[in-house]
Amino acid sequence: MIPEIGHLALVVALALASVQAVFPLAGSFKNRQSWMAMARPLAWGQLTFLAVAFACLLQAFLSDDFSVVYVARNSNRLLPTVYKISAIWGAHEGSILLWALLLGGWGAAVATFSRDLPPRVVARVISVLAIVGIGFLLFMLFTSNPFERIFPAPAEGRDLNPLLQDPGLAIHPPMLYMGYVGFSVAFAFAIAALLGGKLDTAWARWSRPWTLVAWVFLTVGITLGSWWAYYELGWGGWWFWDPVENASLMPWLMGTALIHSLAVTEKRGAFKSWTVLLAIFAFSLSLLGTFLVRSGVLTSVHAFATDPGRGAFILVFLCIVIGGSLALYAWRAPEVSSGGRFDLLSRESFLLSNNLLLAAFATLVLFGTLAPLIYEAMGWGKISVGFPWFNKMFLALMPFLALFMGIGHTTRWKRDEAGRLVKELWIPFLLAIGAAIAVIRFLPVVTSRSLLVPLSLGLASWILFSHLAGLWERLRHRRDIKAMAADVGSGRSYYGMLLAHLGIAMFILGATLVSNFGSETDIRMSPGDVHETAGYRFEFEGVETVPGPNYRAAKGRFLVSRGHKRVVVLEPEKRTYFTSGQPMTEAAIDWGFTRDLYVSLGEPLGGGDWALRIYYKPYVRWIWLGGLFMALGGILALTDRRYRTRSRGVDLPAGAVAART
Amino acid sequence: MKARQKRLTFVALAILGVGIAAALAISSMRSNMAYFFSPSKVMAKEAPTDAVFRLGGLVVQNSLVRQTDGLTVVFDVTDNTATVKVSYTGILPDLFGEGQGVVTKGRLGKDDVFYAEEVLAKHDASYVPPEVADSLATAHAQGVAKMAENQ
Repeated sequence: MIPEIGHLALVVALALASVQAVFPLAGSFKNRQSWMAMARPLAWGQLTFLAVAFACLLQAFLSDDFSVVYVARNSNRLLPTVYKISAIWGAHEGSILLWALLLGGWGAAVATFSRDLPPRVVARVISVLAIVGIGFLLFMLFTSNPFERIFPAPAEGRDLNPLLQDPGLAIHPPMLYMGYVGFSVAFAFAIAALLGGKLDTAWARWSRPWTLVAWVFLTVGITLGSWWAYYELGWGGWWFWDPVENASLMPWLMGTALIHSLAVTEKRGAFKSWTVLLAIFAFSLSLLGTFLVRSGVLTSVHAFATDPGRGAFILVFLCIVIGGSLALYAWRAPEVSSGGRFDLLSRESFLLSNNLLLAAFATLVLFGTLAPLIYEAMGWGKISVGFPWFNKMFLALMPFLALFMGIGHTTRWKRDEAGRLVKELWIPFLLAIGAAIAVIRFLPVVTSRSLLVPLSLGLASWILFSHLAGLWERLRHRRDIKAMAADVGSGRSYYGMLLAHLGIAMFILGATLVSNFGSETDIRMSPGDVHETAGYRFEFEGVETVPGPNYRAAKGRFLVSRGHKRVVVLEPEKRTYFTSGQPMTEAAIDWGFTRDLYVSLGEPLGGGDWALRIYYKPYVRWIWLGGLFMALGGILALTDRRYRTRSRGVDLPAGAVAART
Repeated sequence: MKARQKRLTFVALAILGVGIAAALAISSMRSNMAYFFSPSKVMAKEAPTDAVFRLGGLVVQNSLVRQTDGLTVVFDVTDNTATVKVSYTGILPDLFGEGQGVVTKGRLGKDDVFYAEEVLAKHDASYVPPEVADSLATAHAQGVAKMAENQ
C-alpha cells in the first residue's frame, strides 16, 4: 500500500510541476498577478509530494519490504539501519528520486527566500525549475520507477553494494547532488533573465548567493568523494580522472568560473552574456554528469550495471535543455549585452583570464571524457584516454591560473597601474621565488627531471604571500586589533575569497608533495616479515578471521615503528559480505597532517603469506583540507551583509534600483 | 577606435589560446590513447606490438597460476574464440575472478604473452565492461556463422 502512495505522490508532483511550468510563466508575460502568485504555493506543493514519495521509499527500506524491486535489490534484513537509509540513494532509481526531491527543495527555497525579488522574476525562475522537474519526474515514472513491485516478494534482499556501506558514501551523493541540482537555480535565474530580456546587475546579485551555495555543496561533495575513494577503494589514490569523477569536476570548473564572472557582472555590469552562458553550461554539465554516470556508455571504474534505454531518455532531455537554452540565448543575448568598459590591466581582465582558463580546462576534460564515445561513433576503434593525458592538461593550465590568482585579487576594478601592482607584489614574488629555490636546494629528491615540484610549491607560496600582502594592504590603515576584527565582520566576502584561495594553495601543496614524495609498495609478506619505507618499519604479524554484523573479515595486524618508537598498530581488513559474497578491502590508515601511513590487504597467497599494499602518503590530507577551506570560504562569503540586508537602496547600482521599482 | 582594438586583441588572444590548447591536447592524446583489442584480434596479429593497448574478455576457469614467490600471476583471457595468456605483477582487484569479465592494459611481448600494467577494477559484481560484452557478442556471432558454413 505505502509504495503505491509513493507512486501516486510522484504522479501528483508531476501534475503540479506541469501547472507550475505553465501558469506563473504565462502570467509573467500576460501580466496576471493571480497566475504569478501561484508560483510559491506550487513550489511548496511540489516539494511536499516529492517528500511524501521519498518518505514512502524510506518506509519501504526500513520495514524490509522486499516486494518493492528497488528495496529487494539494494537492501537486506542484516543491513544496519543507517545504511538502509543511505541505500535509498545507493542505486539508480532512488538517486533520481533524491535528485527530484532536492530540485523540489531548491524550488521551495527560492520561493521562500525571494521576498525582495519582483514577482515577475520569481514566477519565471520557479517555472523554469518546474520544467527541469518535469523532465526528471517523467524520467522516473517511465524508465526508473523506484516503487515497482515484484510478486511473489523475495524472502530476503540482495544487499547494498558493500562499497557503499560506509559513512563517507552515505553523505557524499546527497552533497554532490545538492551541488548538481543547485546549479539549476543559477540556470533558472539566467533563463528567466533571458526571457525577460533584462540582464542587469540586480540579476547577478540575486543569482550570486544561490550559485555560491550550490558551489559549496559541490565542493564538499567532490572532496568527500575523493576522500572516500582514497580510503575505501583500497588503492590509495585520491583522483583517477575517471569519467564519473570528471562528470563532477566539469560542473565544478564551470561553477567556479561562474561565481567569479557573477562578481564582475554584479560589481561592474560587464560580462553579462558570458555569465549567462556559463550558468547554462554549468547546469548542462551537471545534467551530462548524470547522463554519464547513469547510462553506462563509458567504461568506468565507477560504472554500475546500467540500462541504455535510460541513457537515451536523458540524452533527449539533455538536447532539449541545452538546445533550448542556447537557442533562447542566441535569440535574446544580443539585446541584453553591452557592459562596463575596462582596461587591459584591471581586475576584470584577471577574472576574465580565470574564466577562460577554467572554461578551457572544463572543455579539455569534456573532450577527454567523451573522446572514447567520439572514436567509437566514428568507427575509429575503441579507445581509452589514460590519466597521464588529463594530468598533462591540468599541469599546462594550472600554473597560469595560480599566477593570475595571485595578482587578480589585489588589482583594482576598471583600471590599475603596473607601478602600483609591482610596489604591492614584489615582496611576495621574491618570497615565492625564494621558496622555489629553497625547494630545489633542500629537498634532495628533486632532480632536474621534476622541475614541477619547485614550480608548484613556488606557486603555492606565491598564492599565500600575495594574499597576505593584499590583506596587509587592506588592514595597514586600521588603527588597532578591534578595527581589524570589525573588518572581518564587515568584509566577509573578501575573507571568504581569502580562505578559498588559501584552500587552492593548500591543495597544490598536498597534491604536489603526495604525487612526488609518496611511496607505494605492493609486496608479498609472510608473518614476521618486516618492510621499511620512508623511515617507518612495518612488521607483519599475520592475519586472523573475525566476524562482523553482515560479513566475515580477515584482519591483518601490523606493528609500525620509527627508530625505537612504536608509532601505531594498523589492522586492515578484507571483508566478505554474506549475502552478495562480494569481497571488500578496508584499508587501515594512520593519518596525520604531514603524512598518512596506509596498509591494505590484497589477497592470501597460501601458507599465511599475503599480498599487501604499504603506502606512505606525505601531506595527502592537505588536498581535502584545501577542499574544505574552499567550501568554508564560500560559506563565509555567503554570510556577507549585502546578501542579508533588505534596505540596500544606498549601494545599489542604478540598474538595480530601476529594476526594483 | 580604442575599444574596438582592445576587443580585437582579446579575441585574437582567445583564438590563439584555443588553437594552441587544441593542438597540444590532440597531439598528446595520441600518445596517451589505448585501443581495445579482443583476444581474437590479438591472435590475428592485428594488435600493435609496440604500443600500450587494452585487452579484455573472460578469465578462463582454472587458468590462474600464482608464482610461489613475489606477486606475479598468469591467467588466460578468452572471447570464446581465441585465448591470450596475461601476466600481471601486483594485487588483483577485489572483484577479479575466474569465469568473469576483465579488462587489462599493457603491452604484448615477443612471446605472445600480454604483460599487463593494470587490471581494471569494477564496483559491482554484476557489471560487465561494455567492450567485453561487445567482443563476446561479436565472437559468438562469428562462431555461429562459421558453424552455419560448416554444415
